[in-house]
Parts: sequence; C-alpha cells; structure tokens
Amino acid sequence: MIRVDSTGKSNSLIQVRGLDKTYRRGGEEIQVLQRLNLDVDKGDFVAFMGPSGSGKTTLLNLLGGLDVPTHGSITVAGDEITHMSGNKLTQWRARHVGFIFQMYNLIPVLNAFQNVELPLLLTKLSKSDRRKHVETALGVVGLAERMNHYPRQLSGGQEQRVAIARAIVADPTFLLCDEPTGDLDRKSADEIMALLAELVGKYNKTILMVTHDPVVAARAHSTLHLEKGVLVEGKTSRESVMAGGAV
Amino acid sequence: MKFSRLVLANLFRKKVRLILTIGSFAIALVLFTFLAVVKSAFSRGTEIAGADRLVVVSRIGLMQLMPISYRDKILTIHGVKAVTHNHWFGGVYQDEKNFFPQFVIDPENQRQVMTELVVPDDQWNNFVNDRMGAIAGARTAARFHWKIGDRIPIKTTLYGGGSSEFNLDGIYHSEHPGGDESQFWLQWKYFDENAPGPVKSTAGWYVVKLDSPDDAARVAKAIDATFANSSFETKTETESAFQAGFAKQFGNIELLILSIGGVVFFTLLLVTGNTMAISVRERTSELAVLKAIGFSGRAVLFFVLAESIIIALVGGVIGLALAYLLIPVIGIALTGLLPPLLLSKSLLTLGVGFALLVGAASGLLPGIGAMRMRVVNALRRV
Repeated sequence: MIRVDSTGKSNSLIQVRGLDKTYRRGGEEIQVLQRLNLDVDKGDFVAFMGPSGSGKTTLLNLLGGLDVPTHGSITVAGDEITHMSGNKLTQWRARHVGFIFQMYNLIPVLNAFQNVELPLLLTKLSKSDRRKHVETALGVVGLAERMNHYPRQLSGGQEQRVAIARAIVADPTFLLCDEPTGDLDRKSADEIMALLAELVGKYNKTILMVTHDPVVAARAHSTLHLEKGVLVEGKTSRESVMAGGAV
Repeated sequence: MKFSRLVLANLFRKKVRLILTIGSFAIALVLFTFLAVVKSAFSRGTEIAGADRLVVVSRIGLMQLMPISYRDKILTIHGVKAVTHNHWFGGVYQDEKNFFPQFVIDPENQRQVMTELVVPDDQWNNFVNDRMGAIAGARTAARFHWKIGDRIPIKTTLYGGGSSEFNLDGIYHSEHPGGDESQFWLQWKYFDENAPGPVKSTAGWYVVKLDSPDDAARVAKAIDATFANSSFETKTETESAFQAGFAKQFGNIELLILSIGGVVFFTLLLVTGNTMAISVRERTSELAVLKAIGFSGRAVLFFVLAESIIIALVGGVIGLALAYLLIPVIGIALTGLLPPLLLSKSLLTLGVGFALLVGAASGLLPGIGAMRMRVVNALRRV
C-alpha cells in the first residue's frame, strides 16, 4: 500500500518524512524536493513519473543512500539512513539496495557470471555458494545459458537482464530502477517489465522505478507523479496509461 | 583473492596501452639500474678500501715524487706494520684507447700490504725473479686475451719515454667481489735502473699497513710530522679518504647520477600517473556503479593501486632482467673508462623498491580521486 500523505509512524518498509533536497548552483538555491512524505510496503511496485527536473532521479538517489537530503528522514526496514556515515551507508546499500540503471552499467571486461557475482564479493559466502547464488539469479532472468558471455556479446535486453540479476543476487530489501527500459526497444522493454513484475508477483520483491513511459509505468501497482519536487496524488495503473494515451 | 579477477580483467582492458606502459617502466628500470651500478662502481673503492691502510702522498700533489728513503722512516713509527710504494707508469698498450692503470710496485712488500689482491705463489716467485716481469689483473688479462708467458709491449711517454716488452708472469684476483682487477704491475728495480735522474730512488706514493685501524689518525699525524718542514712534505690519509678524493677528480659523479636518476623518476611518475588517470577517467561510470552496489571508497582505491603496482612490478622485473643481461656487456665495452660494473643483489632489491614506489605514487592520485568520487555526480556523467 502506497501513501503519500502520511506524517506519523507506520509499519511500512520504507518511510519518507518531510524530505527536502536543495542544490546550490552558483549563488542560486534550487529546491528539487519539497516536504515529501511517502510510505511503501513490502511487495509494492511503485513508478515515479514526472517531467524532466521534477526530482524523480534525486528521490531515487536519496532512497538508495547515494545522496543525502537537506532535511527530513528516510527509514528502511527500521534503519534511518539519513544520518548514517559514508561507510555505514555503503554497507547498508550492499545489504539492502539493488540498483538497475538505464544504461545497464555492466563491467565490459567481466562476463555475465562475473558481473552478477560482484555484489557477492562483498559477502562472506564461499566460492561455491557464490556460484549457486549467481546461477540462481541468472536462471531467474532467463540467462543461465549465457553466463560466460561478455556484455558486448549480449543484446540490450539481455544486458539489462544481467543487470537485474546483479541487482537481485544478494537478495536486497528493495530494488531501485532508474529508467530501466529507457534504452530498449518496445519488445525488449516489455520483456524487462514482465520480469520486474514477476519479481514482485512471484518473489515478493519491492520495486521503486523512475520512468517517462506511461506504458512501462502501467506495469507498476501504482504511479506517483512528481511536479516541481512535490509528490501529487497517485493514479492507478490504468489511469496512468490513459493519461499517457500510449496504449 | 576474490578481487584478483576484477583487477586483472581491468589491467588487460587496453592491451596496447598496458604493453607500452610496462615497456616504459622496463626501459626506465634499465636506465635506473645502469646509473645505480655506475654510482656504485665509483664509490666501491671507498667501500672496500682497507680500514687498516694509509696512503702517503706528497703534500704538493699526487704527481709529485717523494724520496724512497721515506719507506724506512715510516716503518719506524709505532703502529706501522708494513710499507710498500708505487709509481704511476702511464704506458700505452698498442693504442691509447686500450687504457688500463700500470703501477710500478715494490715486490718485497706488496703482498704484505695489499693482502686482498691475490697472486698464486709460483706465479709471484716467477715475477720476483724476473726483472722484466709483470702481473696483470684478471679483468685486464681477459680483456686482451693475455695468458701467462705472453710478452706485453708497453710504450711510455713518461720518464724519458721508450718502449719495453714485459713478461706476463702472473695474474692477480681480488678477494672482494667487484674489486679492482684492471691493474698491471711492473718491477720497481727495473724501473729505477732505467729512470732518468730526478726520478731515480723515488716513490709516487706509499701505502702503509697498520697494526690496528684504531691507530690510523695518530699514525697519519706522526708520518706528516716526521716529514714536516722538509723538501718533500707529506699528506697522509686513510685509504678510503684517498679513494674518495681520487673519485672526485672525475667531478661530482654522485650529483650527476642522482640528477639523471631524479629526472628518470619524475618522468616515469608523470607517464604512468597520466596513464592511470586516463584509465580511471575512462571507467568513471563503472567505478561509480561499484560504489553504488556497496564497494567502499577504499576498495576502489585498492583496485586502482593494485593495477598501478602490478604494472610497475611487471615492468620493473622485465627492466631488471634486461639490466642483468645488458650491464655485463656494457661493462666490457666500457672497460678502462669505468670501474667494473657490478649488479649486486642489493641493487636489484633497490630496483624493485624503486618500481614499487613509482607504481604506488602514480596510482595514488587517480585512486584517491576515484575514492572520493560522488556516485551521483559520476552516474550523471554517463
């Protein structure tokens, strides 16, 4: 259940309270996010939409512990991350967050297996256990047969699947997807979205996704709109598609 | 190590660049090692000089002669064990470019004083009994393919000039690794009989063997005091001080070598530092992703440093191996111009240390940049 107006305590997986983010550019202050509140439960699939500069990616960076807010708090599974030190935040990211980027961002000199294994190198798992986890993750995304292929030997859709396998291999608390289909054709985008929906439906993963594409947003449970740094009331998936008029 | 695959994969990302960088390291290490060997060769005389030996020269200068009678006077000074004397012969063998030092020695005392220069007894006895005899250092004998029994023609412009043929009666070796084996010794008696009047019954310098190195300062003072206010005043100093002064005649070799070495160091540092900086810049987004998924800034610094140190070590070891092969060849080509070039284990260790230092220093700045890089900014650049 996603709520954008909560201000008190809740049992949600992710709680955002009074979140502000201000950048300084030259002498000018740019307020990117304003007094933002949000609750996301486990198993939710949320899409953030909005025009360029509305603060979508900034919100995703704050939720992923890649940036710190000017004011406000973010609490994930009981841990308030906004006051964590840099090192602690790094460890927290390794344990709780899976990132999926628009440009896949695989390491080109490592094959699919080695790319997916990267987050596990930070754990105490043995080599054989790491192998099992990687094979499972690649199996989930349907690329078990291509684990020895290098990124240049894979299509865009396949690269993004490897990136998804890398994001889920350490079983993080939630996934953050920044335009996961932005660099893909429609068919590949549909496949990736079906995969993300499967992760939510079958494996009860929690996903927060930024997208410009209403068709992609329609696969989420709910879509939240950001306008000038403020979250406005969400729409159902159907409403979102209709508003985009892209069906 | 579980990160080794990532480090190695990144190393081989641009193979041509990797080969060129390793090559620049290897060539720099050859140059560095050669300079270190030359510096070591010039200072070796000082290092292996006998601690219990003094050298007595004329106060006016090394080329000024002293009476041979000084030998007996020096022997009477308390703490003196033995005294020998030498003359510079200054001859030419076949061609002036075939230079090697020729000394007229005192066969009676040479072996008591210069104990580290060893001649087999039978060869020595032949030399002592042969007025036209000569003994050559092993290096010089090998250089001209001489063997015992050969007649060696030497032409000199000093002492009235002339040409003589000497019989090679023996070959000496130094007990010190890298010790001087280039000298050519002649009989003092033969020299004295044929020397012109002013040179007769003189010595170029004396070498004094002491009972104990602790007596060096006292005995040196006593020798100079004995001949003070005479027509031939002396200057006595330890053999190491004499060797150091002799080496300085070539100019400040150490400063020259350190200057060139410094230029090599900083050039290599700039080349490899630039290579690492470019390599890191090319991978900004990848390093940002690593940090995003939980690799710490220190881990990223470690990856960059590991790469630069591996490049430095591989290049360094190749360079040292090349130096190991080349320096003996260069040493033979420069015989007579430079003291023996000796690549010791300590110099090889120093070379590895030099490579490691440059490797770590060149990776440090790009590595710190990557460590401090903000993930959000780096991903925005993609």
